[in-house]
This record gives sequence, C-alpha cells and structure tokens, in this order.
Amino acid sequence: MTRYTDMDQMAGDFYTLNFAKTAREGTLVLNLGPQHPSTHGVLRVLVEMDGEYVLRAEPVIGYLHRMQEKMAEVKTAAQYIPNMGRVDYLHALAWNWAFVGAVEKLAGIEVPERAEYVRVITCEFNRISSHLLWWGAYLLDLGAFTPIMYAFDDREKILDILQDPTGSRLTYSYFRVGGVARDLSDDCIRRIREFIPWLRGRLPMYKDLVSDNIILRKRIEDIGVIEPDLCRSYGATGPVARGSGIKYDVRRAEPYSVYPKLDFEIPISGLKDARGRYDVRMAEIEQSLRIIEQCLDMMPEGDVIVKGAPKPQWKAPAGESYCAIEGGRGKVGVYLASDGGKNMYRVKLRAPGYSNLSLFAEVSRGTLLADAVAILGSLDLVIPEIDR
Amino acid sequence: MHVVKEACKTLSDLWSLMVGLRVTGKYFVEPQRTVRYPWAAVPNLDTYKAHLVMVSTPKDKTKPRCISCGMCALACPSNCLTVVKRKAPKPTPEEEKAIAEAKAKGEKVKDKTPKDPEKFLYDFTLCSLCGTCMENCPVGALAFKGNAYAAGYSRSDFHFDLVAMLKDQAVMEGLDEAAAPTDKSEA
Amino acid sequence: MPAELIRILVALVAVAVAVGLIGLVMVWVERKVAGHIQRRPGPYEVGPFGLLQPLADALKLVGKQLFMPDNADPVLFWLAPLLAFLPVLLLYLPLPVGDGLVALDINLGLLLILAFAGLTVLSLILAGWAANNKYGLLGAARAVSQSVAYEIPLLLSVLAVSFVAGSLNLATVVKAQGTWPWNWNIMTQPLAFLIYVVCALAETNRAPFDLPEGESEITAGFHTEYSGMGFGMFFLAEYANMVVVCSVATALFLGGWHGPVLPGPVWFLLKVSLLMLLFVFFRWTFPRVRFDQLLNINWKWLLPLAVVNLLATSFFVKLAQFSEVRW
Repeated sequence: MTRYTDMDQMAGDFYTLNFAKTAREGTLVLNLGPQHPSTHGVLRVLVEMDGEYVLRAEPVIGYLHRMQEKMAEVKTAAQYIPNMGRVDYLHALAWNWAFVGAVEKLAGIEVPERAEYVRVITCEFNRISSHLLWWGAYLLDLGAFTPIMYAFDDREKILDILQDPTGSRLTYSYFRVGGVARDLSDDCIRRIREFIPWLRGRLPMYKDLVSDNIILRKRIEDIGVIEPDLCRSYGATGPVARGSGIKYDVRRAEPYSVYPKLDFEIPISGLKDARGRYDVRMAEIEQSLRIIEQCLDMMPEGDVIVKGAPKPQWKAPAGESYCAIEGGRGKVGVYLASDGGKNMYRVKLRAPGYSNLSLFAEVSRGTLLADAVAILGSLDLVIPEIDR
Repeated sequence: MHVVKEACKTLSDLWSLMVGLRVTGKYFVEPQRTVRYPWAAVPNLDTYKAHLVMVSTPKDKTKPRCISCGMCALACPSNCLTVVKRKAPKPTPEEEKAIAEAKAKGEKVKDKTPKDPEKFLYDFTLCSLCGTCMENCPVGALAFKGNAYAAGYSRSDFHFDLVAMLKDQAVMEGLDEAAAPTDKSEA
Repeated sequence: MPAELIRILVALVAVAVAVGLIGLVMVWVERKVAGHIQRRPGPYEVGPFGLLQPLADALKLVGKQLFMPDNADPVLFWLAPLLAFLPVLLLYLPLPVGDGLVALDINLGLLLILAFAGLTVLSLILAGWAANNKYGLLGAARAVSQSVAYEIPLLLSVLAVSFVAGSLNLATVVKAQGTWPWNWNIMTQPLAFLIYVVCALAETNRAPFDLPEGESEITAGFHTEYSGMGFGMFFLAEYANMVVVCSVATALFLGGWHGPVLPGPVWFLLKVSLLMLLFVFFRWTFPRVRFDQLLNINWKWLLPLAVVNLLATSFFVKLAQFSEVRW
C-alpha cells in the first residue's frame, strides 16, 4: 500500500483515505493497529474520533491471511490436520475435531467410544486453557499486568497435561480420522485427577483479585451492550451470544459425540454487556471441569482409533458434509466437499471470530476509546481464525 | 437511607481493592514458578515432540530400521522428507556369472540392494511436528526424540540427514563397536 | 558568595546525584517487585540478584539513536524531556531530611513544590504535541485534564495540614509532629492522607491512573516517539517525581524524620521507601481507570471530601485558637 504524502492530501494508505473521505469536520482519524498491543493479533481498526469518543469504527482484516482453504485443495484429508491445529491456535482441538468430524461424516466412519471420551477430555482442557489466556490478555488490555501471569501459570499445568498424549503445547494435531493419535497414559489420568480440584481452588483467587475488583467492574459493566437481535443478525455465537441471553450452544443444540450423556450446564447471562460475556466465560471454565470429571469416570477401555483407520493416501468418497463444534469462541464449522479424488475438493472453514468481529463496528459507535478496546477484548477474537 | 446504602456500597467497593492487594501481597512472598533455563533443566521433555530421529536396529546401533519404503515422505503434509535409497552394489565377477546363470534358468534373482537408506533428508524448517510419518512407518523407524534445545545460526543448520545423525549419535555413545566385534579370537 | 547560595549549590549537586541513584534503585525495585508479585524472578542475570540491570538499562538508553519524526517541531520536541526532568531537581530543596537538614528553609516550601510540580504537565503537553503523532496527542490531552484536575484536591488536602501546623514551611510541619505514630498528622488528618495519596498517584501518572501513557490503548501515549535518552529523561522524571511526592507525604503526614532510636534521615528514608513500595504494589495490582471515571472520581468525590475536610479543619483550628485566647 503506497503512502500518499502530497501536501494537499492527507497521509495514509488506501483504506485510511477512503475512510477519511466521509469523516466529519473536526474529527481525528486514527489507525489502531495492525501493530497494536490490544488488538490480539494483526487487526487494524480505523476509528473516527471526536476527542475521546469513537464516532465510527471500521475493522480491516486480511493481514494474516494464510490461504488455509486453498491449502486444503492440494492436501489429502489426513495431511490437512496440522493445518487445523494452526487456524485458531488457542482452541486447536475444536478445529481438529470439526475437520475430522466432517471427514468421518462423509465416509461414515464410526469412532470408538474411548476415543470419543478422550476427544471430549482434551477438547475441554483446551477450552479451559483458551479461556484462561483470554482472561489474562483481557486484563492486560485493561491495564492490569499481573493476572496474565497467574493465568499463564495455571495454563502451564494444562499444557503439561496435554503434552502427554499430543506431544505439543499449542498447535495440536492430535485427532485422526477415526479416533485420536495416542491414548491417555495412566500418569496423565492421575495428573488430570489432581489438577481438577487444584484449579477449582484457584478460581476464588481470580474472583478476589479481578472479578470483584471495583475498578474492573466499572470498566466492563454497561460496556458494549449487544442486544440479542444484533447477535442474530450478525450470526454471533459462543459466549458473545450467550452473554446476551441467547441460549445457544452447539453441544446442546446439535449434540455430537458423548455430550448427550454428560451432565453440565450452559452458562447464560442476562446482562448483555462485557460483564455478561466475562461471567459466561468464567462459568464455562467450571463447567468444563465438571465435564472432564464425568468423562474420566465414564471412560471405557478400548482402542482409541478405529480398526482399519484410513491411511494417509486414503481417498475420501465423493460427497459433502458439514460438522459444527462448540469452540471457545463460538460455533466452529468445517464444510467439506470431496470429488472422490486424492485431494479434497473444497474445505470451507466457518470461523466464529469473523461473525463476532462484524458486530464491533456497530457496537462501538459512540463509546470512549478505552471502552472500544474493552469491547474488542470481550469479543475474544483470535485474528488468525478470522483471516484463515 | 439511600445515602447510607450508597456509602456502604462505596466502602465495600473500596474494600475489594484491599482484597486485591492482599492477593498480590500473598504471591509476593510465595516461591517463584520460573524455571531458570539454562541453569535449570525443563522437567518434562520426554513426551515433547522435538525433531525427528531415526531408530536403530537392536543389533547394530549405527544402522537405522528404515527400509526406504517412502511411506513417510508420501504421507508428510509439509513435504519435508526425502529418502535417498542406496544403489545396488556392483556385483563381483563370480556373482555376475551366478546372476547370468540364474537368469538363464529363469529363476528370480535376489535383489542385494541394502534396504536402509543412504541418506534421509529431513528439513526441520518445514516440519509441522504432526507425527503422520512416525505413525505410518511400517517398521517404526522414526521417533520424536530429538534435541528440544536445537539452535543454529542459519537455515541449513536445520536441514538434517537423520542417517548421519544416527551414526554420529552411536559413535558418541560408544555403541558403534558393540554389535560387530571385529576381534573373533575368543570364538 | 553568600552562605545561602553555597548551601543551595551544594544541595543541588547532592540532589542531582541522589536523583540519579534513585532512578537506578527504583528501576531495580520496580522490576524485582513486579517479578515477585507475578511469581517470577525479575532480573537475575546481570550482577547478583540483577543489581546491575539498571546500569545496563541506562547504558542501553544512552547508546540509542536519538531521532525525531518527520514534521515534528524540533524545539518543542527536545525541550519536553528537559522540561520534565530539570524542575524536579528544584523540588527536593525544601524537603526536611533530618533535624535542621534542609537545603532551603523558606516559609513557602510547600508552595514552591506545588508550583514547580505543575511544570511537568507542560512538558507532557509539549511532548504529545511536538511529536506529530495522533497517539501522542491523545496522551497529551489526557495528561492535561488529569493533572489539572487532580491538583485541586491535592492542594486542599495539603492546605488542611498546614492550617493545623500554621505554616507552609515543611520543616515546621515536621517539627510540630512527635516521635510516635500517634503523634503524627495521619491521626488527626486521615482523610487528607487518603486524598493526598490518590492525587499523588494521579499527578505522577502511576497506575491505576496511568492513562497518559496507557500502554494498551494508545501505545505509550505522549512518549511514543521518543527513544533513547529522551525516553530515559521521562522515565527518570517519573521516578524522581514519585520520590518527591512520597517525601512530601512523609513530611506532612507521617512525621518526617521523627522516630525512636534511629537517626532522622534513616527514618525519613524508611518512610519514603515504604510509600514508594506501596505505589509500586498499586501499579501491579489494579487495572487502569477509564478516563471519564478518573475525572468523576476527582470532581464528584475527592473535591467535595477535600473541601469538607478543609472546612472541618479550619473550624476546629479556629475553635482551638478561640479557646486559647479565652484562657
């Protein structure tokens, strides 16, 4: 993008100049990002400001486009799983699951029971680690520098637990078509059992330090009120929708795997503001712990991958399928179309962050800049997932 | 009455600040969680996927198990593996005669090419540590037991040849003589 | 040369050295305390316990390239760090470090401090404006409103204490207090102390009131465009300011150099260090306050409370005078 620094013209690139054309008199056009401490990745937000008030905001994405969907056209189904670990690296196992779920639906492959339970356990652990990171990063945006360290300390334990079966700490490519790559060892199960009460004991500290803190409460209450109809019109899902009172969770609405057998609640909040979304995510951590406990007790013995699982050069049968999973950010969807050839014909990735971000332009109108940053944080965006 | 309630609420709000200070004060005096690498070792590397290494045969520690089938290279999503097969050894004149005789009789000639690869080129800069190669190897010749602290100054430092690395490792550990004792005088 | 002038010059040299040392020590203390709160060691490589880290930081800052952005105003751009740093040296002169150990024993010591502390605001505005950077402008605008707003309750709370002591001379105020904590001004003026601490945090741009340099929103605010020693000056000035403000609090409320057993300056140093530690703890515990909430706190809470405090204090002082006269 060339810079225009002609004396008669305002400095800026194509987007800024376009945006500035419709700016009102006496307003300041500012670029938040793409390199910015609080945009959680390379997101650029053009804001038109009157003093401290944001009159108009326009997110510009695409700085992290990696052509994930194009890569699918030159890979076989088994070869695409590492890509799925990197689309949303914070909840990689949800994307793993959505993709292998789509392939299994297409080919009619049944996954053994133990593999389903292992999938649920690891995916829920990944959800907890994603929410912990979100919590720390959100508070960093709001100016508190310590909670992120405490959150990362807890997250290290989860990463150690997940390192045992998967071998990785962040970008997992653990699921395989027909099951998972490796079983949970006894040592791993023991550590999981020790971890759950320990994290439960840590949650009150989070409440004391942060959730009840008056400064934080003033920063996130009544900020970014999103009406349920606005959520519906933009297709927002996950804690953003549940924080506004919409009772939608893919695990209950379109159940998959062993979730129908498990007893857990879907936290919903009637407050439609950032506080509601915050509460929903903190409650989801507790519910995930509950799910993991039940899975450990209910898990049967057996294989973790179906006999005769597809080899790498396996060709998927022709057809289309779609699989939706509840990710930490919302409804993760993978649409798979195969023409029976070696490579997949088309993979479409439905990223929840994309729909959540589109709310931002409307919600941030008329707020203070600090509030706009707080709203952006409460939407829990991960830009690689938005740009794919 | 309303004023009193407001005042009480304000006081309890301010008390939440004190509670926060108490939490940080508590952690101020608690021990630290940092592992001071490199003075201290990171404790849990056995399950961590570092770069690939070749697994040796039980008898000869310098020889990999690999049979040069190429399944790993075909399966790899990142095209980071290249298997360079060995060339068949030039037959001696007696062997040539034997081969010609066998061919004349119409018998199948046994292929004397050694199965293990000459080179196993592994570009670690492309590897996505997915494990597909390791899982699809029919003989279990690959493992993720490399050096987790591998560091280098240029990209070529990470273009490994796993066969050579296996040999170097065996020599370093002094296991290269173990399988094939040259001194048969005791026998 | 008159003795007064020599005394002031010697004191200025001592202050310059002290400020340099304070900068080094505070950088180390801040980073170590931040580390321990966050359950990590802080600096530990450079020197034993990382004690030489501030020296390494200083060398790094001095060695960096000093550059100026396009279209920035050169005079104002380079004036701003100097203006932030140099007046702070003057603020140390009226502080009573020990019994009789004060560089400038004048009757308007407090006024001198409050007046020159206002110059820091000017430097922030100049920095934000001269850098030709929108983030800087936002930071400068916030800094102006914040500093100007919080000076008023600061003044009122300090005035209440000087009413009780009858003088604006810091040495006199300290002498009027006793050795033990129950003789200190904090017992008679607790509300003024709280108001003073909050205003001090806001005046020195420390968290939770560090909006002008609000790191996560406006990427370093008014000092975005500064590098090397320009930034170093702002950094040093912030710590020096913090020490001044804590010293004034010690002198006014915590009994200055009074204390059993140990000599005066040692007690002074201890009390100042305690307050500084408290400030550091505040920074690493609380999130940032939003801008309009910041001004709300000031205009709706601190100002009325400070006025009420002042009225009550003056009422009781008058009552005491009246009863004395009667007797």
